[in-house]
Amino acid sequence: MNPIPHWGIFITEPMILGSDVMIVLVSVAIVFALTKFRKWGWLWREWLTTVDHKKIGIMYLIAALLMLFRGGVDAELMRTQLALPNMTFLDAEHYDEIFTTHGTIMILFMAMPFIFAMFNIAVPLQIGARDVAYPYLNAISFWMFFLGALLLNISFVIGGSPDAGWTSYPPLSELGFSNGPGENYYLLALSISGIGSIATGINFLVTILKMRAPGMTLWRMPLFTWSVLAACILILFAFPALTVALALLLLDRALGAHFFTILHGGDPMMFINLFWIWGHPEVYIVILPAFGIFSEVISTFSKKATFGYGSMVFALMAISIVGFLTWVHHFFTMGSGADVNTFFAIATMVIAIPTGVKVFNWLFTMYRGRIRMSLPMMWAIAFIPCFAIGGATGVMLAVAPADYQYHNSYFLIAHFHQVLIGGTVFGMLAGMYYWWPKMFGFLLNERLGRWAFWFFNIGFYVCFLPQYALGFMGMTRRIYTYPSGLGWTVPNFISTIGAYLMGIGFVFMVWQIIYSIKYGERDLTGDPWDGRTLEWSLPSPAPHYNFATIPTIQGRDAWWLAKQGELSKADFLPAKDELKPIHMPKNSGRPFILSLWFFVLGLGLTFGVVPMDVIAGIGIAYCLFRRSFEYDTDYYIPVDEVIHTESALGRLQG
Amino acid sequence: MTTTAHAPAENHHGAGHIHVDYPDRPVEYQTEDGALKILGFWVFLATDLILFSCLFATFIVLRSHVDGGPTGKELFDIPSFVAETFILLTSSFTGGLATFEMHRDKRNRVVGWLIVTVLLGLSFVGLEVKEFVHMAMDGATLQRSAFLSAFFTLVGTHGCHVSLGILWMTGIIIQLVRFGINPITARKVFIVNMYWHFLDVVWVFLFTVVYLMGVM
Amino acid sequence: MLWFARFVVTFVTPTNEGSVNPNSLREIAIPARKGERAVQRGFPPHFGKLATMVAAMAVLLTGCSPEYVVFNPVGPVAKTELHLIILSTILVAIVVIPVLILLAVIVYRYRDKPGNNAPYSPQWVDSKKLEIVWWGIPIIIIAILGAFTAKTTFSLTKPPENNVKPITIQVVSLNWKWLFEYPDQKIATVNYVNIPTGVPVQFELTSDAPMNSFWIPQLGGQEYTMPGMAMRLWLQADKPGTYSGYGANFSGEGFAHMNFKVNSMSEADFTNWVNQVKSSSPALTMAGYNQLKQDSLAKQQSYSSYPPGLFNDVVMQNGGQYMYKQQMPGASDSTGNSSGSMDMSNMDMGNSDSGQ
Repeated sequence: MNPIPHWGIFITEPMILGSDVMIVLVSVAIVFALTKFRKWGWLWREWLTTVDHKKIGIMYLIAALLMLFRGGVDAELMRTQLALPNMTFLDAEHYDEIFTTHGTIMILFMAMPFIFAMFNIAVPLQIGARDVAYPYLNAISFWMFFLGALLLNISFVIGGSPDAGWTSYPPLSELGFSNGPGENYYLLALSISGIGSIATGINFLVTILKMRAPGMTLWRMPLFTWSVLAACILILFAFPALTVALALLLLDRALGAHFFTILHGGDPMMFINLFWIWGHPEVYIVILPAFGIFSEVISTFSKKATFGYGSMVFALMAISIVGFLTWVHHFFTMGSGADVNTFFAIATMVIAIPTGVKVFNWLFTMYRGRIRMSLPMMWAIAFIPCFAIGGATGVMLAVAPADYQYHNSYFLIAHFHQVLIGGTVFGMLAGMYYWWPKMFGFLLNERLGRWAFWFFNIGFYVCFLPQYALGFMGMTRRIYTYPSGLGWTVPNFISTIGAYLMGIGFVFMVWQIIYSIKYGERDLTGDPWDGRTLEWSLPSPAPHYNFATIPTIQGRDAWWLAKQGELSKADFLPAKDELKPIHMPKNSGRPFILSLWFFVLGLGLTFGVVPMDVIAGIGIAYCLFRRSFEYDTDYYIPVDEVIHTESALGRLQG
Repeated sequence: MTTTAHAPAENHHGAGHIHVDYPDRPVEYQTEDGALKILGFWVFLATDLILFSCLFATFIVLRSHVDGGPTGKELFDIPSFVAETFILLTSSFTGGLATFEMHRDKRNRVVGWLIVTVLLGLSFVGLEVKEFVHMAMDGATLQRSAFLSAFFTLVGTHGCHVSLGILWMTGIIIQLVRFGINPITARKVFIVNMYWHFLDVVWVFLFTVVYLMGVM
Repeated sequence: MLWFARFVVTFVTPTNEGSVNPNSLREIAIPARKGERAVQRGFPPHFGKLATMVAAMAVLLTGCSPEYVVFNPVGPVAKTELHLIILSTILVAIVVIPVLILLAVIVYRYRDKPGNNAPYSPQWVDSKKLEIVWWGIPIIIIAILGAFTAKTTFSLTKPPENNVKPITIQVVSLNWKWLFEYPDQKIATVNYVNIPTGVPVQFELTSDAPMNSFWIPQLGGQEYTMPGMAMRLWLQADKPGTYSGYGANFSGEGFAHMNFKVNSMSEADFTNWVNQVKSSSPALTMAGYNQLKQDSLAKQQSYSSYPPGLFNDVVMQNGGQYMYKQQMPGASDSTGNSSGSMDMSNMDMGNSDSGQ
């Protein structure tokens, strides 16, 4: 008995069918191309089995861009539905699925891999390491993320997407309110990729603490590396809470437990607490690395060291600690009591202090510098006003009694998009443009990049500023339609136009990448931006082993000091008689296969197919045992090969 | 493996050639890789501790939510959980003895103590399974109430950890027999023992919060 | 950017949209055009953005128009919250506006152009004095804002008006409709709620479905309706009128239609209305409630009575038995004013502690 009209059904069914067809066609095309050009071996040897942090970083980046596209399409569909009152483009069920996957994908399968891409691409190079602490585990992290993401993405075509919101609050997400496999997909996809995230956190924490080049004290570390350290600490302490929240909800759904059900003594509040104990630190997990990138970019393109380095480090650490004391601000309105609300309100506002300090330090890094408006810098500068406003509305939201009016309204939506897009996405794009030549050895076309920048930026404000107004008009999030006569039409329509402009910006970005692959300027110097940190002392792309000889670091921004003649530039170039064989990890296909078993396990649990779970469990156990008995995991690159590579790059001394 | 000939210091124990970076350190720390992995495992244990903290928090919130069903006081069998506690504490001690003998380079004794540890672990898991089955037969199942969901999940997660530890330790025993004590196997013995001690610490809390507070 | 404002006008006007405000459109269009010109001249990027922001401010400043419900409070709670909104906006503006101006000036002045003779001091990367300034100012601002926040947070847990005897209304959110019970008048309504003007209303909130959030922007902020919990929200209307209420937390397929109306009326009108409902409306039986509980949308309805203790039973069945050791006196039918016994801060502390 459901009187809600499903006007959209005739539109949405062909959409799913269309997606099915598209997926099949694209898969066939990929298989065909790989076969025709005999690339299967190449794919396996160079990518699926790689443990090289640089390649893993590139795979993370590709995955993040794909997910940005998927999440972006979700956003455009939602904005189309909301452009005018009483639209019938999507029905309620479909709209609910789309906003759920939009949020889930953007946070967990776009922002997370994007920051991990930057971790992988930059951190080992910045600290003078040849790889991360555990390259094999790093590959497992990537494939766990990737197959987790795949699991969520196939939900759309096999069985139905989750539709209880990306926060998945019980009891709505419990059986009885969310039957069907959608919610299971969500729980398993997040759990599987969450294992990968925790492993990445451990990996980079140890890498940064233990694998820095001699002379690179903590106090000489680039700020991006500092930000990764802070983010790793957050990951390690936050993600286990998510794992528990998801596992318990899965037990409720799969085995009939009563953690968060209404019946038999379950307590839905418990999920909400666990979820946000992870969820709030999570936003700092994705914003801190962006802060690190802005520090690098602003300093490089202002030709000036970052202002107030000590304050910047202190602020990062302060945010990562206070970030754990704010989670209740996501539910001030759930009756936590005046004393609890006051504590969490003030703790939330306190975070604004170190964040504000960082903004001033960035401004004064530019002050009395020489500002070059290259693409990374444009995104970094665009970040400041965007994040200043987003941060200000964040402080407003922290005022607990006022939050009673903002909560769940479009004011909130505008706020968190402003900090997550203006912060994380702008940051990751700045990082992508900044390190692109280091990854691929060529520069991205500047002109197309500017088109992308302006469309995306103007589109952003056109899209989200009207949403603040909508919040004050009483429009709540997650409604799939609204009546006319409330004054919501004009801001919604403007907002939709903004979303389309952002979409055009993304198209320009894709065009820019494709165009530059063909015509992009080669980076022969290895240092196209006149950089400051160690990665720019290497050729682009860096050789497999990164550093032929590990340089000894004698100052902050050592490469810049060397270029200024304050340190010896020869320290950064390998000398023939100092070369030694280089110890490197061997490639392995097992991370990929292990993660495939996890994927099978996830699929089996989603649909409750026990034999599938048993087989996958055996597969996982077998992979782990095989690894434990494997002693031949690494090799040495002979000196001759290093000499050959380095002299071909024209870097060999003596 | 021909390239290893370039490596400066070598240790010809067990499988292949093992490059020793720090010959003066305890055997498990002698390779760079070993030192890194031990540190990484400490960090992993920190995350696992948080996982257990969350489960403990859930249990504490839900322990009174019995829904008219059985309470801890009615369910917990004091001799049984006291026995489990003694067995697990003893196994932690025998695991420690294995590490001790490893530093004295006595392979057979290491293997022996690890086998004792595994056997103790197995009897612990056996007792726990027996306890669970007993409770389920009395109608106290995971589905009965929020309290029981939280109980089975918390204690069961610990039990799964112990079971995994048993499998893992068995694998390492086989490797010790095959390859003897070398920096790699020593690192594995050391790490699995870290894990085992950690589970012991968690059990101390379980014993207190779940069982003692349950029967009081 | 004028084109798109024109496009909006031409596109929207024929759709029979009653609330298009030509003023607000003009205000969007003019600054946006300025922004475009700035962009075309090749100014640094922030100019375009500033212009867009100004446009947005214009949108926000039209808050006096009636669509901006949060800016048009009709009760003391919403007014207090609006004051806090304004105060916090001013306080954050003290930081944000200088940041935007500094950014514009710095980016323009220190751009890397030949012939730019602005000073370049790459060694000047530290200043204790400056850092004290920008650590200090936010600390002061947060201290001020924090103090107001604390004060208001505590004051809003009390009735807005002490001299008038409050009325209690119990609210149950269902999939996907709102049930209102009047324990003193012993009547019930669906999807609309009538309240006497100038009288503090104690809403007691719970849910017999996935949680929702009870929000009447013009009377005050929202509070969740949660299964197994009875939460209290004080609101009051100072003027007669009809105000919109929203279900603000997603609760499934019919969520978008979960709106209700609040009619504020004089005490006399209110009493008349109660008597009329009592005499002419059907009773809500337990069977009727179970029918109402099913997933569906509903029209406005009135009931001359409802099963006694319904609210209390709903709370207790859904998990309230673990939160409230004895019966909640505040939720029983006979007492409209025994609110003190339902102490929010105590009962909910247990919950917020639960995650630690």
